[in-house]
Amino acid sequence: MPDFMVYALIAGLFIATVAGPLGCFVVWRRMSYFGDTLAHSSLLGVALAILFSINLQLAILTSCAVFAGVLLLLERRQMLATDTLLGIIAHSTLAFGLLVLSLSDMVQVNLMAFLFGDLLTVTASDLIWIIGSCVLTAGLLFYFWDQFLALTVHRELAQIEGIAVDRLYALLVLLIALLIAVAMKIVGVLLITSLLIIPAAAARRLANTPEQMAVGAAIAGCLSVLGGMSMSYFWDTPAGPSIVATACCLFILLYLKPAPR
Amino acid sequence: MNKQALIKADNVGFDAAGRHILQQVSLEVQQGQLLTLIGPNGAGKTTLVRIVLGLLQPHSGTLQRAAGLRIGYMPQKLFIEPTLPLTVRRFLQLAAPGRRQPVEPLLEEVRIAHLMDQQVSALSGGELQRVLLARALSQSPQLLVLDEPAQGVDVTGQAELYQLINTIRDRHGCGVLMVSHDLHLVMATTDEVVCLNQHICCHGKPEHVSNDPAYLALFGRREAETLAVYTHRHNHSHDLTGDISHDGCNHDKGHDHA
Repeated sequence: MPDFMVYALIAGLFIATVAGPLGCFVVWRRMSYFGDTLAHSSLLGVALAILFSINLQLAILTSCAVFAGVLLLLERRQMLATDTLLGIIAHSTLAFGLLVLSLSDMVQVNLMAFLFGDLLTVTASDLIWIIGSCVLTAGLLFYFWDQFLALTVHRELAQIEGIAVDRLYALLVLLIALLIAVAMKIVGVLLITSLLIIPAAAARRLANTPEQMAVGAAIAGCLSVLGGMSMSYFWDTPAGPSIVATACCLFILLYLKPAPR
Repeated sequence: MNKQALIKADNVGFDAAGRHILQQVSLEVQQGQLLTLIGPNGAGKTTLVRIVLGLLQPHSGTLQRAAGLRIGYMPQKLFIEPTLPLTVRRFLQLAAPGRRQPVEPLLEEVRIAHLMDQQVSALSGGELQRVLLARALSQSPQLLVLDEPAQGVDVTGQAELYQLINTIRDRHGCGVLMVSHDLHLVMATTDEVVCLNQHICCHGKPEHVSNDPAYLALFGRREAETLAVYTHRHNHSHDLTGDISHDGCNHDKGHDHA
């Protein structure tokens, strides 16, 4: 197996392991559109990075973090319904990103790689980035697990019982932004949210506790990465769509099973 | 009568979107006291509860809490996402993140120990309210704040639930601030009734209120029991903005702590 494949596989497994539990919160809190918006806005980061030749990884990370902050602020203001707001930002940033890319001199920019992910682009330094971010995210998620859960179940109860709900929610959003930023290389802007949602939704079928669902989602995610990357390696299919298609098949299989109890 | 005041609201006012939600609301809850807050929809009951809980800050006046006051809060309702698998045990453990405290005594106190390993989403209305009550008790509260505790509970269940709340109050000696529409059910156990309609329209001990002509209008009428809607003879009226037009409001209706 060539190096890039090993890198991509390791990167994919790390991302799926963290995306599973994190994705559970995206599902429980109904934040899937939120994730999409963050992912789309990261394309604007990519475009600007190419235009001004800034470090790509840094630009993606910064734009994800900035847009996460903007969304948090706008959400608190409640000027518009959240989904309207997300729709405006998601599509505007995508449009501006594509505009900037088309205007840049680097015509050879492979847009498809950003939109749907490209295994060939995973380098050793990317791998270190991805592993570092995933370990950090997993650590924080594990440490704050009960608090995130309390926040998700009933925000006011959690607040009265002494949890700093605003800061905790901001942290959760930033963790999602970080994961989206690092996973972009593997799955691409358009499909990244599905890596958060589909494994979690599939695991719901078998879970009786939040923790079982989180572990199940991580396993389902890893299986999807293994399946999708094999497809990509043997049949030369794009990595992102292959992974997501595998996850979707897994989801359907689990739901074809008769319901427990 | 030198019981400690757990919370004391002094001339609390609150505005939202240019409208007065609360005006000059003063009340206090003492240790062991059960205070019932009644009033029509939009009267500001929930706003007042949120101010007591510290979720909102009053725009005028002050709200004092006893130092280190432990509050147990029972929200109006709990909606758990169907995608979130959560047992009753796990739900109660979330009250103290990180520390896995035993939940059996809490569930026994509200008499639903048999539901410990049930999914929260599978509970009936009455069972769910008891789970929420157990969660409030997990804080070893000095003050229980209950926002319409019997919502979504059938009639026989309602009486039982109010009985249970009273038992808990007696056993723990905690103060209780309760929003309720079920006047006929809470009359017997309530120490003080406060009727709120943006300002305090009247308040007093139920037995004193019962000698008041307003009592008949309050509780005597059939609709008061069937609809549990509070109607009484106002000696003042509200204009469209909710301001009091005639300042003839009779506070201290039969109110005598002697």
